[in-house]
Amino acid sequence: MGWRLPLRTALWTLRGKQPKATADMVRELSHRREVYSAVPCHLHIFPILKRLQSSEPERACSQNMDEEMNDFMGRKVSYSSQMCFIPEESTNSVPCYRLLSTHGDLLDPSSINELDKELCIEMYRKMVTLQVMDTIFYDAQRQGRISFYVTTIGEEAINIGSAAALNATDVVFSQYREPGVLMWRGFTLQQFANQCYGNEYDLGKGRQMPVHYGSNELNYLTVSSPIATQVPQAVGAAYGLKMDKKDACAVTYFGDGGTSEGDFHAGMNFAAVLGAPVLFICRNNGWAISTPTSEQFRSDGVAIKGQAYGVRSIRVDGNDALAVYFAVKNARKMAVEEFRPILIEALTYRVGHHSTSDDSSKYRSVDEIEYWRTRRDPVARLRMFLQSNRWWDDENEDLLRQDLRTQMMSVLHNAESKKKPGLSNLFEDVYDVIPQNLKEQEQETQAIVGKYPKDYPSDVPLD
Amino acid sequence: MGNIAIAEIQFADYIYPAFDQIVNEAAKFRYRSGNQFNCGGLTIRTPYGAVGHGGHYHSQSPEAFFCHVPGIKVVIPRGPSQAKGLLLASIWDPNPVVFFEPKWLYRQAVENVPEDDYILPLSQAEVICTGTDLTVVGWGAQMAILHQACSEGRQAGISCELIDLQTLIPWDKETIEASVKKTGRLLVSHEAPITGGFGAEIAASIAERCFLHLEAPVSRVCGLDTPFPLVFEPYYMPTKNKVLEAIKASVRF
Repeated sequence: MGWRLPLRTALWTLRGKQPKATADMVRELSHRREVYSAVPCHLHIFPILKRLQSSEPERACSQNMDEEMNDFMGRKVSYSSQMCFIPEESTNSVPCYRLLSTHGDLLDPSSINELDKELCIEMYRKMVTLQVMDTIFYDAQRQGRISFYVTTIGEEAINIGSAAALNATDVVFSQYREPGVLMWRGFTLQQFANQCYGNEYDLGKGRQMPVHYGSNELNYLTVSSPIATQVPQAVGAAYGLKMDKKDACAVTYFGDGGTSEGDFHAGMNFAAVLGAPVLFICRNNGWAISTPTSEQFRSDGVAIKGQAYGVRSIRVDGNDALAVYFAVKNARKMAVEEFRPILIEALTYRVGHHSTSDDSSKYRSVDEIEYWRTRRDPVARLRMFLQSNRWWDDENEDLLRQDLRTQMMSVLHNAESKKKPGLSNLFEDVYDVIPQNLKEQEQETQAIVGKYPKDYPSDVPLD
Repeated sequence: MGNIAIAEIQFADYIYPAFDQIVNEAAKFRYRSGNQFNCGGLTIRTPYGAVGHGGHYHSQSPEAFFCHVPGIKVVIPRGPSQAKGLLLASIWDPNPVVFFEPKWLYRQAVENVPEDDYILPLSQAEVICTGTDLTVVGWGAQMAILHQACSEGRQAGISCELIDLQTLIPWDKETIEASVKKTGRLLVSHEAPITGGFGAEIAASIAERCFLHLEAPVSRVCGLDTPFPLVFEPYYMPTKNKVLEAIKASVRF
């Protein structure tokens, strides 16, 4: 696509500026949790910096045994008679990277030259599509047309911004609030509807609840409900990509709640130790069903956890599509070129309920929801940016939304009118080849259906 | 330490991250320490079972995994009154208990439940209807299905004895045995997949203990050996008609 990286690139580009690290500077910086790459001659004094500079493991051999260094862990640890507890929190929280103000103004106006107009417009169109799709599917569930739905309202920028920064061959392991990534890659509104209705065109063959999409063709693994189980899977996949020397990475998405799962810890640790090219993208949207982040962890959010595993990380404004785009783009480059995991914490807000089985007004104020829905909408924010640059206007907006609503109505009607997958799909794919016990159960089921047809839905073909 | 922990796992489908703690720790806490330590009456409550639209991860019946662990108890109520009595019994029981609550009943069941505290004894099955031709055993939400099937069986001239097992481990073999010795036939029914389900334990045990009393093979009407499907849920489930067919087949054997 020919994108140039903005000047505000992560400090980690090793080809960029490398200040000489003086003792005072390093103390100051590690206190502020910013790190520069250090010049080798300072390495034996500042072990933290040396680790972050290269992927090469340190040779843990101490030449002079009288020196009394502890070097078992692949790094040198020096002793100190000053008792010092690492504080539980830093004076300043991890800064949050953004390019646009809340009102869509470029914080650095000159960086407009680094933006691709067509891509920005396409990102916006997809964000609107996601928003409209969600609204209509949510209403369809309320009307009893589909059994269940999960919206992504408020998180469109994370979905589309990150998706746009990935390659088509990067393998995605999502949680369940990232249909925008699938949408960006080409999953059609009709395909989303077919999955939600579980009809004969559903790639999942009617077996799972709505929003459990997947597409092998688009390199997006099928969603499963359990939290964070996808995280170690992404790491394994990334390791495979590294072994096979592929120019691709794995990407996994999860929420703030997911970081409390054991699988998150295992995934991060494995990724760091194995040098796996994987992106960990955390949608910190403030709520894990009814658990606010204030009750989820006591750390400074999620980005800070990276360093504990030896994983480079960044915090980004998740409602700023451009910031998300550039953060992911840079992260991907580092992951693939340096064989390392990167953790991205995207701060956002879950505007919708957890799912159609939830009523979030029971545990949070309606004012809070309304504020984020109307004043911090990521879609409106990008729209304001586009319109102020005359890359978009009200007429484009009206046409797009009207067209999408018409499409969605037709897509729903279409999906609804289709049959469900045939009954044989209940018994297939449990294993690659159907075993004897299931062949017998299939016959028994056919017999009972034949005898009591009224017990069974009329739109499931018996083949 | 003096306090009783009562944990809730929102859906039984998500209990597996706790499996290590339940199996390797809770179940063995008393035994491995020579009775120096115990779990302090730990109770884990968790909604389980079909709900109509739950698919793979909101419908599971994982009770069989836990029935394979000496040291814990597995308790499943069939309705509101039993839920209260059995839960209080589980909490006061000094052993770790996994308490499966049928989520299907959360919005369905309406009953007069005594306001005062009371307990129903663990490891005691309850005979709900007496009968002479066939013993029918189940637990949880399936009891309502079995009840309907038994009613229709009665209309067809078959007298079923319906028993709610209530505690799956340690289970009340004596009550089931006494019933089968009377009726000569046994049918077990559960939502969980048939292979390796807890019905298999009951069938094997009763076959051992009541072989000469049996007039037909032990029958099991259970979920299919597939992940719990969404669109195909009606086909997967052990429906009233599947049970009725099995009742008739057993009596005709």
